Amino acid sequence: MTELVFFINQVVISGAVLGCIYALGAVGITLIFGILRFAHFAHSELMTSGAFFAFMLAALFASWGIVTPIPLGFVVLPLAMVMSAIFALGIDKGFYAPLRKRGAKPVILLIASIGVTLMVQGLIRLFFGAGSYSFFENETKDIFRIDLAFLGSTRPLVITEPQLLMIIVTVVSVLALHFFLTRSRLGKAMRAMADNPDLAQVSGINTALVVRVTWIVAGALACMAGTMLALDVTLKPDLAFNIIIPIFAAAIVGGLGQAYGAIAGGLLIGFAESLAVFNWTMVLRPLNAVLPEFAQLPATLSLVPTEYKLTVAFVILVVVLLVRPTGIFKGASS
Amino acid sequence: MALLELKHVVAGYGGAPILNGVNMAIDQSDIGVIVGPNGAGKSTTLKAIFGLLKVTGGTVEFLGESIANSLPDKLVPKGLSFVPQEKNVFTSMTVEENLEMGAFTRRDDFSETMQWVYEMFPVLAEKRRQPTGELSGGQRQMVAMGRALMSKPKLLMLDEPSAGLSPRYVIEIFETIVRVNQEGVGVLMVEQNARQALAFASKGFVLAQGQNRFTGTGAELIADPEVAKSFLGG
Repeated sequence: MTELVFFINQVVISGAVLGCIYALGAVGITLIFGILRFAHFAHSELMTSGAFFAFMLAALFASWGIVTPIPLGFVVLPLAMVMSAIFALGIDKGFYAPLRKRGAKPVILLIASIGVTLMVQGLIRLFFGAGSYSFFENETKDIFRIDLAFLGSTRPLVITEPQLLMIIVTVVSVLALHFFLTRSRLGKAMRAMADNPDLAQVSGINTALVVRVTWIVAGALACMAGTMLALDVTLKPDLAFNIIIPIFAAAIVGGLGQAYGAIAGGLLIGFAESLAVFNWTMVLRPLNAVLPEFAQLPATLSLVPTEYKLTVAFVILVVVLLVRPTGIFKGASS
Repeated sequence: MALLELKHVVAGYGGAPILNGVNMAIDQSDIGVIVGPNGAGKSTTLKAIFGLLKVTGGTVEFLGESIANSLPDKLVPKGLSFVPQEKNVFTSMTVEENLEMGAFTRRDDFSETMQWVYEMFPVLAEKRRQPTGELSGGQRQMVAMGRALMSKPKLLMLDEPSAGLSPRYVIEIFETIVRVNQEGVGVLMVEQNARQALAFASKGFVLAQGQNRFTGTGAELIADPEVAKSFLGG
């Protein structure tokens, strides 16, 4: 039982947290791909800058002496999301819209987005330096230890308050996104435009408006993902840049352009990464008692060492593309 | 004043113009059919009217107002609708969602119009929750027409509505078009099945090399020996 709880702590909870972050990032990438037909590399910077917006707001609130029962990072999240949405709209207007107007190919937009990545990251370093920050310098990170002694476990189930809130917030926003895409007029127009842009135009759908809504949704979700990541680990200028590869893998695995696919892909890769670096010796240690001297389990027995976690996303990507080239949810093939 | 009037329209995709002076006038009571050989500019005419390519000369008037180079999101609220020949449904969306997208420019309650469309195409009412990608070619064509009718257009433009359909469906689609017209919607369509379409057309236009060659009622054009010989295959 102790081993099972350890497994849940190490794989299920951390996998869910990682999966939530990947899913929220990947949804934005997949929506932008569906509407604007290019791989938005700078999505990581929307996430990082979103986290910095939240960090600044949290610091501001703290300086006003506002104390809240839940971490300030979550309290300021809606405001930071609004700021990020405006920031995303500004980036589109400043960099991508002029290129689209000239009929630039997707690959040119992709390169432009790499430029935006470098610029935004540079800007963040200019103001905040290269160091790392914590949302919990003046707050305490509550840790819930759920005692499972009654189940015969010597270990408690451990989940931190930010992790728990993160999972709740992700579930709520995924549901909200689902209702937006299936019930609202603009959400349906987004799906229509992703499905068939020419027909969307012919139907009289205001495509410029749909593009703006896409940036607002993608920017807000990126801010959410970035802030959560910063709450779980620490905030630094290359916060999300380091995980943009698994996020892209999640979007592709799920099927580019498919919002639900991106969520599934994000969770899949999140769990797979946690599972791959899980140290099986911790669970299998009781076997040492029955195993002969020469076959004792090593101190660490995991599929891949932690440093190679990033490769997991690639392996999944390659396998999925070999078996189902359009992704789990049948997205665009290009 | 005609509902839609084209005078000496010149238009193209940026290079040499494809339309070289097309003239056309359609009333709300009309079914106009454009016929002609491949590359004559039939579909191009519809696209030029609908702002999908640049009109560089002549005038396009809808209800007496110039609409040359207006974009669809301005034209649809004015009462103009267009059904492209290919990829004319949102395959990943349900039948009902397709119809809703046709009413995107309307901010009023469109449930009555949807009812009207379902009455016209009872099959679609049965399949309202089904993804359009799962429907047959003929049913998709109905969805496409239904979508275009959701904006309550005064003029419905159809680009080869019978393309790729079996003969049974061709007749069904043509009958529907006549019925739509009887409900007070003007129709302007491009058709490959020239003889069949001209038979119910109140106005026929024979285009060749981007210009009107013959204009008349459908019956007149069918009866004209020269049209019959050159454009209707004898």
